[in-house]
Amino acid sequence: MNTAVGLLTSTSEWQDIAPLLSVRELNKFYAPGKGCGDINFDLYPGEVLGIVGESGSGKSTLLSCLSARLTPDSGNVIYNSEQFGEMDLYDCEESMRRVLMRSEWGIVHQHARDGLRMNVSAGANIGERLMAVGERHYGQIRTKAEEWLTAVEIDTGRIDDRPSQFSGGMQQRLQIARNLVTHPKLIFMDEPTGGLDVSVQAKLLDLLRNLVSRLGLSVIIVTHDLAVARLLAHRLMVMRRGEVVETGLTDQVLDDPQHPYTQLLVSSILQN
Amino acid sequence: MSTATGYNFAYLDEQSKRMIRRAILKGVAIPGYQVPFGGREMPLPHGWGTGGMQVTASVIGETDKLKVIDQGADDTTNAVSIRRFFAHTAGVETTEQTADATLIQTRHRIPERPLQADQILIYQVPIPEPLRFIEPRESETRKMHALSEYGAMQVKLYEDVARFGHIATSYDYPVMVNNRYMMDPSPIPKFDNPKMSMMPALQLFGAGFEKRIYAVPPFTQVESLDFDDHPFEVQSWDEACAICGSDHSFLDEVITDDNGSKMFVCSDTDYCRERVEQGFVGTAADLPIADLSIAEVETN
Repeated sequence: MNTAVGLLTSTSEWQDIAPLLSVRELNKFYAPGKGCGDINFDLYPGEVLGIVGESGSGKSTLLSCLSARLTPDSGNVIYNSEQFGEMDLYDCEESMRRVLMRSEWGIVHQHARDGLRMNVSAGANIGERLMAVGERHYGQIRTKAEEWLTAVEIDTGRIDDRPSQFSGGMQQRLQIARNLVTHPKLIFMDEPTGGLDVSVQAKLLDLLRNLVSRLGLSVIIVTHDLAVARLLAHRLMVMRRGEVVETGLTDQVLDDPQHPYTQLLVSSILQN
Repeated sequence: MSTATGYNFAYLDEQSKRMIRRAILKGVAIPGYQVPFGGREMPLPHGWGTGGMQVTASVIGETDKLKVIDQGADDTTNAVSIRRFFAHTAGVETTEQTADATLIQTRHRIPERPLQADQILIYQVPIPEPLRFIEPRESETRKMHALSEYGAMQVKLYEDVARFGHIATSYDYPVMVNNRYMMDPSPIPKFDNPKMSMMPALQLFGAGFEKRIYAVPPFTQVESLDFDDHPFEVQSWDEACAICGSDHSFLDEVITDDNGSKMFVCSDTDYCRERVEQGFVGTAADLPIADLSIAEVETN
């Protein structure tokens, strides 16, 4: 299904495809105004959805709820799984959620050390998910690890080095390789370029864009950086105080913002 | 043998023993599963075998014959003091002979002589959680056990092969019990791992510091982890035992003087003695050292 997506152009064809992820009436509040609420959207296979908004607007809370790491107060997250079929994330066995997390999903954390095992080598970091889904052949794990290091532009000679010896940008790329090795369908990213300098950011974004289009990944990316959103996302959701204030195609939202907050957000970017 | 006055039989009070026996029964019912128990204070520090001692105290009876080994030897400090402890507090008979013992408490070895169905082997365990290396959170390791998520354990073996070219873990080698629970076999050499599988004797594990008890019932399958292209292998030696000539037992390297002279001898002293009695001799038979027991060999 995924591979066909790239060929689809007209809207009518899109409508024949079932959404990968459907979110209905999702609410999660820590306190009034703190969290996210009344979230509804569909994510289709091959689509990159950006969630933008200021700090504290509920972006990361929403991402945690979507990626089965935080139980919402109410609402449904329906995921169309390859292994389990259509399933409600919070109305199924925890074991199924955990299987999803290490097979069909990838989670890229803002801080690479949250998503990596810092005390084992880069090869083991990439191989862990393979071993978690049952791979027991050392040679094959090693070959796959090398392939993915190459794919994220890390020298294969570094395969036995620990992530702590890597630069920030390399750690972030290693984290991406670690997630992609089991060929996930859906990737959740939380500020993947946060804390990196501009040239490293550009390189990482370029890499991400290539991987996403080559592998036909669906991505939900949380960022406060509108430039990142413009570069990667097909569609945008603008959040403020826990609510979605505007949604639409990326170019449409950024070039013709309707909501006053979005207008403020767009106009706050330095222009030259 | 005289029993110490003022103490209950085998030191622990009956309520504590009952609680520990319940934990043991649960452990036997779920092979390899770590059962938490209310660890009691024993009159020696944690890390000296208090877990094994509490298990021993709970299963020992007046007619039992106790053997205690430490690294295979009956005459090392830990073994001597624990054996004397139960001789004092329970008044049971003790033995150094594996064949005669009904209860064997062990640290770091399984006796070479195959154990029988009427024997119980009790291990002293320092760290009962095999996944601790990869996952520091107890809440998470419990979940991993519950859901049989053991892929992460393979990471440890991967690191070994990546760094040394082979699986270099030589003791504390993780095993799967009955195809369900991942278990830490205590720091026995991996040489002993195959002995655990389908053993006729009951195997009990007590971790005093971490307050966990687990068990492998008789005739239970115990498999050591490995990779398809790096299968599990046990240690082997080019030398044979200098005292009894055994080429199939676990050998200790013993330094015999300041000039780097050394010899290899069986780590299981009772097994070695038995073989010498049967007339087997090693290369050290001609040396004056041959009539010394291992404990008396000058090591300084």
